[in-house]
Amino acid sequence: MASKLSTAFRALAFVVFAAFAFTTVPAIAQQGGAINPTAQSVKEDQLLQALKPGAPVAGRISIPDKQAANLIQPGRDWRAFNQETLPRLGAYSLIGIALVLVAFYALRGKIRIDAGMSGMKILRFGALDRFTHWLTATSFIVLALTGINVTFGKFVLAPVMGPEAFAAWAGFAKLVHNYVGFAFMAGVLLTFLIWVKDNIPSAVDVKWFAAGGGLIGKGHPPAKRFNGGQKIIFWSVVIGGFLLSLSGWHLLFPTAESIDHVQWQATLHGTSAFVMIAIIVAHIYIGSVGMEGAFDAMGSGEVDLNWAKEHHSLWVEDVMKGKRPAGNASPQPAE
Amino acid sequence: MARMKFLCDADRCIECNACVTACKNEHEVPWGINRRRVVTINDGKPGERSVSMACMHCTDAPCASVCPVSCFYTTADAVVLHSKDLCIGCGYCFYACPFGAPQYPKTSNFGSRGKMDKCTYCAGGPEADGSQAELDKYGRNRLAEGKLPLCAEMCSTKALLAGDGDIIAQIYKERVAKRGYGSGAWGWKVAYKETVAL
Repeated sequence: MASKLSTAFRALAFVVFAAFAFTTVPAIAQQGGAINPTAQSVKEDQLLQALKPGAPVAGRISIPDKQAANLIQPGRDWRAFNQETLPRLGAYSLIGIALVLVAFYALRGKIRIDAGMSGMKILRFGALDRFTHWLTATSFIVLALTGINVTFGKFVLAPVMGPEAFAAWAGFAKLVHNYVGFAFMAGVLLTFLIWVKDNIPSAVDVKWFAAGGGLIGKGHPPAKRFNGGQKIIFWSVVIGGFLLSLSGWHLLFPTAESIDHVQWQATLHGTSAFVMIAIIVAHIYIGSVGMEGAFDAMGSGEVDLNWAKEHHSLWVEDVMKGKRPAGNASPQPAE
Repeated sequence: MARMKFLCDADRCIECNACVTACKNEHEVPWGINRRRVVTINDGKPGERSVSMACMHCTDAPCASVCPVSCFYTTADAVVLHSKDLCIGCGYCFYACPFGAPQYPKTSNFGSRGKMDKCTYCAGGPEADGSQAELDKYGRNRLAEGKLPLCAEMCSTKALLAGDGDIIAQIYKERVAKRGYGSGAWGWKVAYKETVAL
């Protein structure tokens, strides 16, 4: 009985061995006879060479954080952008716009009301207009200053304040930046909703630009409620504000997406921020020291009639004829 | 002074995760953070390899470069450490790190991710060596006790090597020469801009 079992076992073992040998011998033959356990081993060099731009070398991981499955991911490109390109872009845009404005002020001076003050006022921006403007404006200034701090603070403020005080300020600035961002988003959305109907580009704007817009040369080309320059500011705020909001929103939750996306968002955020800051500095200039009577529009909301006639002749005509209400304070929704 | 490095011999790593566990236990790493992890490349396919990865303590570290408050510093042993007192949790080091080392204790509440946490090479932080404050914020300082990182000490197959870069590179080279193969010093090219010539 025992010998019968052992014969059967031996026969079975032989069959298993034969089957094993049959399948493995050709494999060994392919490797030239020598067993090389790494003939198919994954090598870092191959993986790095096969890497698509922005893609990580990734594998499987047994912990819940799936981002940790990325073994090696790109980083150096974004570091170069963040530490070289962006500060350079920021410095050029800030210094550049300052030089342009100083030069403009020196050459053109303050833009006066040619006919002088009439003493009569016309309502240009109602309460909702001004609320929207100052919501967007104050939040943008706070965001710009706290944002510039991230790029330039360690070079400019940290040596003066010392590392501890600067880190405390930067931590506070980061929190302010993250929360005030939502006020800015609301401001940009309102800006778009209440003013888009008066900001559609038209043939009047082409003529306005062709005539120098009242900035270059003499006289004021006709304009409706918003002239060509203001429409550029409007669309810059809407498009730039949208890009800043979108990328900023993503940066609030950086662990929720892949690292190359986050790097992209950070690049977009920094670039559009410095472009926007330059545009808005120019806007602040022309709305305050650069032009007589302009600040009243967003200050009291009422501008001098002569100012309105010179800068927004077609709008004044419409208001005078009763085609449209003065300001935008009426509770009618945007058409 | 030694130039401390990590080297994971992927041909020896068996993905036992002892390094991960040792690290978490030794430093009482916060819930949800893994200072070290094991990634399996080509999982289930021929030539599968596992690599244990943590902060590589890069030469000219990108995290330190992009930090807006300059909270990083490099020790005399070339270990990249950071100050949690200065860190504002902005996330920039996390964007810049090629190895996914920086992590944050809170991921849900925007604006307050908490202070960044990463591998310290068992070298603590800026606080006094072996102090309670250092232990609470950064974990054990084994380097100050003359010991090497626990992950490498604990490694069951001695796949993970920690120590002076020249010495561990030499050990790895000898292994590769003896057994005839090696999948490379993972991360070295990116972290140190050099690799171990095999």
